[in-house]
Amino acid sequence: MKKMTYAEAIRDGIRQEMKRDSAVYLCGEDVGKFGGCFGVTAGLVDEFPGRVLDTPITETAIIGSAVGAAAVGLRPVAEIMFVDFTGVCMDELFNQAVKMRYMFGGKAKVPLVLKTICGGGVAAAAQHSQCMEAWFTHIPGLKTVMPATPADAKGLMAAAIRDDNPVIYIEHKQLLGLGGDVPEGEYLVPLGKADIKRPGTDVTIVAWSWMVHRALAAAEALAKDGISAEVIDPRTLVPLDKDAILASLAKTHKLVIVHEAVRTSGFGGEIAAVAAEEGFDLLDAPIKRVTAPDTPVPFSPVLEKAFLPDEGKIIQAVKELF
Amino acid sequence: MQLAKENLLAFYQTMVTIRTFENKAAELFAAGKLPGFVHLYIGEEAVATGVCANLTAKDYITSTHRGHGHLIAKGGKVDLMMAELYGKATGYCKGKGGSMHIADVDLGILGANGIVGAGQPIAVGAAFACKYQQNGAIAVCFFGDGASNRGTFHEAMNLASIWKLPVVFVCENNMYGISNCQRDHMNICDISDRAAAYGVPGVTVDGNDVVAVFEAAAEGVKRARQGDGPSLIECKTWRWRGHFEGDPATYKNPEEQKTWLQKDPIPRLAQKIIELGHAGEADLANIADAVKAQVAAAVAFAESSPDPVPADVLTDVYAGQ
Ligand SMILES: Cc1ncc(C[n+]2csc(CCOP(=O)(O)OP(=O)(O)O)c2C)c(N)n1
Ligand SMILES: [Mg+2]
Repeated sequence: MKKMTYAEAIRDGIRQEMKRDSAVYLCGEDVGKFGGCFGVTAGLVDEFPGRVLDTPITETAIIGSAVGAAAVGLRPVAEIMFVDFTGVCMDELFNQAVKMRYMFGGKAKVPLVLKTICGGGVAAAAQHSQCMEAWFTHIPGLKTVMPATPADAKGLMAAAIRDDNPVIYIEHKQLLGLGGDVPEGEYLVPLGKADIKRPGTDVTIVAWSWMVHRALAAAEALAKDGISAEVIDPRTLVPLDKDAILASLAKTHKLVIVHEAVRTSGFGGEIAAVAAEEGFDLLDAPIKRVTAPDTPVPFSPVLEKAFLPDEGKIIQAVKELF
Repeated sequence: MQLAKENLLAFYQTMVTIRTFENKAAELFAAGKLPGFVHLYIGEEAVATGVCANLTAKDYITSTHRGHGHLIAKGGKVDLMMAELYGKATGYCKGKGGSMHIADVDLGILGANGIVGAGQPIAVGAAFACKYQQNGAIAVCFFGDGASNRGTFHEAMNLASIWKLPVVFVCENNMYGISNCQRDHMNICDISDRAAAYGVPGVTVDGNDVVAVFEAAAEGVKRARQGDGPSLIECKTWRWRGHFEGDPATYKNPEEQKTWLQKDPIPRLAQKIIELGHAGEADLANIADAVKAQVAAAVAFAESSPDPVPADVLTDVYAGQ
């Protein structure tokens, strides 16, 4: 184990796979000599000459070219600087990358990682703060990965690169500096395997990315009030580890889902549907969602604080079930 | 073209206002008073000033993430801008937008923008509306060298050219898109060369010479108003600061930076004004002092303004609510 930040762990995951497989390359805006807008890819350009490429501002071609390169044998890690800019390369993702295999009758594979970052809390306003994972989970053929800890960040990055399918790997701005123990040497976290971030018996809280940490803080506070909350981090939304969620519900019989994304058609609705369809008999209270409201992300820190789900809002939702 | 004394003094006033506003924003950001991202226009003042001096309040502009200069040159009010940078309820966007999204639709300012290249087709749409409504107005699209590589550039230029729309594309070539310098992000020296691909005029001017910018823009604006269609003006300039405040910009060549700082557009204009006998040093200093007071008042206004209230999050999502 080695102490690392989340940002360093992402880089370590990329490094591990670039060392292992010469088909892996990294490209995107300012990922090379600048080391990425958030410093995540710092130094890789020197470690891997010719394999870390700065692109112009050209998201359409970043992902479009990654699709082409992947289809003929490379394994691109293509960065879109903020998840908010994926609109610019959406066709390349949802009509090209993910459909090639199916449309060609299984005769192609497109092993690409779209690496990007989401999230609010830094007053970056409406076009640099969003959580848009539900857009991506609604695309069959695409896998959606959202790590919450340094160890998961490394292991999931490596697994995403090794996966033979298009994967969107979404980091969170609030987590970049978060420290934690990360296994040294080769380390993989399988896609589709949830992690119980805190065991408990009275209520299940499902949260991912930054919200895992807010859920953990809420669980700590709830424990003092005699409520034992289990915090489940699915880590990947597609594939979703339904079994982990249902197993937890079998213990707690209560479900609260927390996400930073806006409420309507958020992925919380999908998890609630899974619980209702496959775990109806396990539930003994209504399902609760704690989410952002259905608005763009506001700039003013006062407004953004009101917008974001937080510990207080999670505690309140849990208490309404008791 | 011999510009009148009033024109040159107005340019000076605008450029000094932009510089003073931006220096203050840098200082406030460093002091931790401004949340979020702040991208400053210091060194590029001649571009917005020279272009917007050809426009009326009825004309439209689209701006960028580096938008404060465009807003001031198009008549934006510094107190409402400053309040928006602070995220206050009295700001241009009631604190909902911040630096990257300031707009004043009544002044034809269709917003700064957080998405690089997004303004290009929006300006085309505004220009289409001007032509459709035959109201005599035009649109100007400001964008960077980096943005000229977006697909939106090609699509907007092409559409504007076949529909002969009254729009002027103004490329602010400050030679960098964040850390990526022009020679690494495109294979040509003059972005104005791209105009030929659309069959429209393209010119390159010294973007640190406000008179040269004004004259080139006058030509493009005239074409647009006469119904002759779009044109492209490339203004070569230099971003003095990092990409955003807090970026040490170690990727820049210090020698190049030094050379460009010597081409400061403001003393260049001052010298011209003095040589022509339009004003003396003391007169220009008086202008600068008045601007300083105006910016100080804007800060005082912002600081004494109320924050928005949490319930405001939910308003302004849909029209007709
Ligand atoms: C579509 C999109 N891609 C990337 C970014 C990130 N970004 C913000 S500003 C910028 C550089 C823009 O360069 P340029 O157009 O030359 O404008 P300048 O900053 O030099 O004024 C980049 C890459 C963005 N905001 N939007
Ligand atoms: Mg630039």
